[in-house]
Amino acid sequence: MFVPSVESMLAFAAPQIGGSQALTSLALGLANEPAGLLPAREQMALSLGWHIVLACFGVAFPTMILVMHWRGVRRQDRVALVLARRWAKVSAVLFAIGAVSGTVLSFEMGLLWPGLMGTFGDVLGLPFAFEGLSFFVEAIFLGIYLYGWDRMPPRLHMLMLIPMAVAGVVGTFCVLAVNAWMNAPTGFDIVDGEVVNVQPWVAFLNDQVWLQFAHMWVAAFMVAGFAIASVYAVGILRGRNDRHHRLGFTVPFAFASVGAVAQPFIGHFLGLRVAATQPAKLAAFELALETESPSPLRLGGILIDGKVRFNIDIPGLGSLIARNSLTAPVQGLDTIPADQRPPVNITHIAFQSMVAIGTILMLAVLIYWIARWRGHDLLEPQTRFHRWFLRGAVLAAPLAIAALELGWIATEVGRQPWIVYGIMRTTEAAGENSGLWWLYGTTVVVYTALSWGAISILRSMARRWRAGEEDLPSPYGPEPVEHAPELARDEC
Amino acid sequence: MSVELAVAAAMFAGVIAYALFGGADFGTGFYDLTAGGTRRGAELRTQVDHSIGPVWEANHVWLIYVMVMWWTGFPQAFAAAMNTLILPMLFALLGIVLRGGAFAFRKYAATLTQARLFGAIFATSSLITPFFLGAAVGAIVSGRVPIEGRGEVWGSWLHSTSILGGLLAVGTSSFLAGTFLVADATRAGHHDLGVALRMRTIGVGIATGSVALLGLIPLRLDAPTLWDGLLGRALPMVLLSALAGIATLALLWTRRYRLARITAVLAVFGVVFGWGLAQYPWMLVDQIRVVDAAGAPATLRALLIAVAIAAVIVGPALGYLYTLTQSPTWTDSY
Repeated sequence: MFVPSVESMLAFAAPQIGGSQALTSLALGLANEPAGLLPAREQMALSLGWHIVLACFGVAFPTMILVMHWRGVRRQDRVALVLARRWAKVSAVLFAIGAVSGTVLSFEMGLLWPGLMGTFGDVLGLPFAFEGLSFFVEAIFLGIYLYGWDRMPPRLHMLMLIPMAVAGVVGTFCVLAVNAWMNAPTGFDIVDGEVVNVQPWVAFLNDQVWLQFAHMWVAAFMVAGFAIASVYAVGILRGRNDRHHRLGFTVPFAFASVGAVAQPFIGHFLGLRVAATQPAKLAAFELALETESPSPLRLGGILIDGKVRFNIDIPGLGSLIARNSLTAPVQGLDTIPADQRPPVNITHIAFQSMVAIGTILMLAVLIYWIARWRGHDLLEPQTRFHRWFLRGAVLAAPLAIAALELGWIATEVGRQPWIVYGIMRTTEAAGENSGLWWLYGTTVVVYTALSWGAISILRSMARRWRAGEEDLPSPYGPEPVEHAPELARDEC
Repeated sequence: MSVELAVAAAMFAGVIAYALFGGADFGTGFYDLTAGGTRRGAELRTQVDHSIGPVWEANHVWLIYVMVMWWTGFPQAFAAAMNTLILPMLFALLGIVLRGGAFAFRKYAATLTQARLFGAIFATSSLITPFFLGAAVGAIVSGRVPIEGRGEVWGSWLHSTSILGGLLAVGTSSFLAGTFLVADATRAGHHDLGVALRMRTIGVGIATGSVALLGLIPLRLDAPTLWDGLLGRALPMVLLSALAGIATLALLWTRRYRLARITAVLAVFGVVFGWGLAQYPWMLVDQIRVVDAAGAPATLRALLIAVAIAAVIVGPALGYLYTLTQSPTWTDSY
């Protein structure tokens, strides 16, 4: 194997310290950060933070369309069929920009983090290969499904959604496998500073991935579900309380509800692992400066000049939640060397905000479903709190997206200063591209334009649908292009 | 075949597939751009929408496949290439992003003004992407991407071989796209459109062929390693490409569009595969060989398993997609 950069690192670092600490020890000696570090961080945060929302739709939307389409086909439900057909068109727009913003990320892996990809590309590459495979499957069946309306036998056409839904699950797993590996690197050894004995399957199917996958997969259903439901909640609030809107609300809201109830439990079990695998991250989550037994649950709070201010401590609850124990402590930040601590305030605030939003969303959906079970369907205009419920449902969409971004910030910032936990620092992974600020500026402009484009197109689609225009023909046609519109026209 | 070579071959198969399928998609941008005013170009632009709409995302994934194979199988060479070729890669990426977004937006644009804006972005960026990817190839084949340290950020791709690579990528893409569009339009009964596209495709073919021929002159001095390979091991592919290109022109002229699609694919296949053969055994020409660039052996074997699984799952699915989109029900009913 030919890995010059690691070899040269070895030549420098090995005389002092051998084995797995060689890479680390070298990093400590690097006082100045590479020019490409800060812009690379900002660039990654922007492009990944943008893509992650679209990825949620890519993962969860096909399943929701499938349920709607299924209902339409099985029960001869025309309202459901119209919804499925419209959702398919919406997904065409969302998946297109999701596909290209995902491509941006695959370029950025090499462009922004040459140190990571050059050194560990063959360790963490396998899950990417399977992610590519599932992207392939999703893209193929998306094409068939989108253009298959009225051209394929209805049942067969509907079944095209199943490979898309499965590919969404597999793809999520693969991407999370890479992230889990960065949190708990495994499947290789470092001997004399060189990466050897690479076991790609071990790196892929690491212990950490399963819970991280569950957490993100459920989050995808929450984000997509609450976002789609909110669109119909707005419609009902504006007086369009018909079956179309109630069905369009209920299906995604049901998916999001299951997710919202399951998510706190998954998050809890994932958090338990952090105590063992990344004590520094847990300490930052909990804002634990010192090891206390039992640890309190520290609500709010911010670290100013080494002191925690504006916090409420609930004695003992920290041990119970973070460690599942009455006495086991949360390891304090004072046990972590100063140069290995993450930015504490960002991590803590992001983490607790995510937990707070998740808790609110869980309670809110529980209230809705329990009330409905007791005979008070808050979707019915005559029920009390009907409008308040709908306003809350509209608000749930930005809240779910915020929780997604906050959770991502918490786990990524909480892993710092490492890009590969305990092995490679983020400073070592970045390149020397000071010109990356140009890239960042361009990305801000392009992504703003893309967001504007997507929002204005989706809004105009909704407007035209309300006006009774179902086909949305090509705007270029000097005369209406002949689609096969019989079914669609009947439905209106 | 050694495992390194097998992975390199699987990766290069992806390059060929991207050049053919992705190229045919990108190439439609040329005709879209030159289709004329809103009214005159409406029929052609609708045809472009219809022809690439169902397949462009799937065809785009070949690029992801190549990238992943590259960084997993040959991580050091990948990092080196991305480091030196950061600018052409970013320009190509910008084209990819703008094109994908604008294409989807145009289809559902509410007004003609919006559609024109998105259409112009789509068409222009469709040409930008192949040009810069071709330019990046030009940098690699002329030995300007060092394995250690960083090559010239501008100079590595601002020279004759890269310009040639960029023009050839745009030309072959447009040629392929034209041949397919002619066949699609004619089959759907848009005969006037077919006739107009046919003449332009022949023009693109002649231009691309001339660029390829003339480009050989600077190649000899600027990229001697590739030149030797092209006249040696890769000569059959060069000849295949030339013959298939001429045959395509003749078939287009005589309106045998179905056959023309096959020869056009062969012509582009010849160019791309010829490049691969001529470059072998180098991963980065004059810098590092395929064998030396390879990553961990266990990973290479795992990659081959992934490729085999992909072939079993994706192969039939792709076949199904193409069969459907070329079937009478799908082509006639728009």
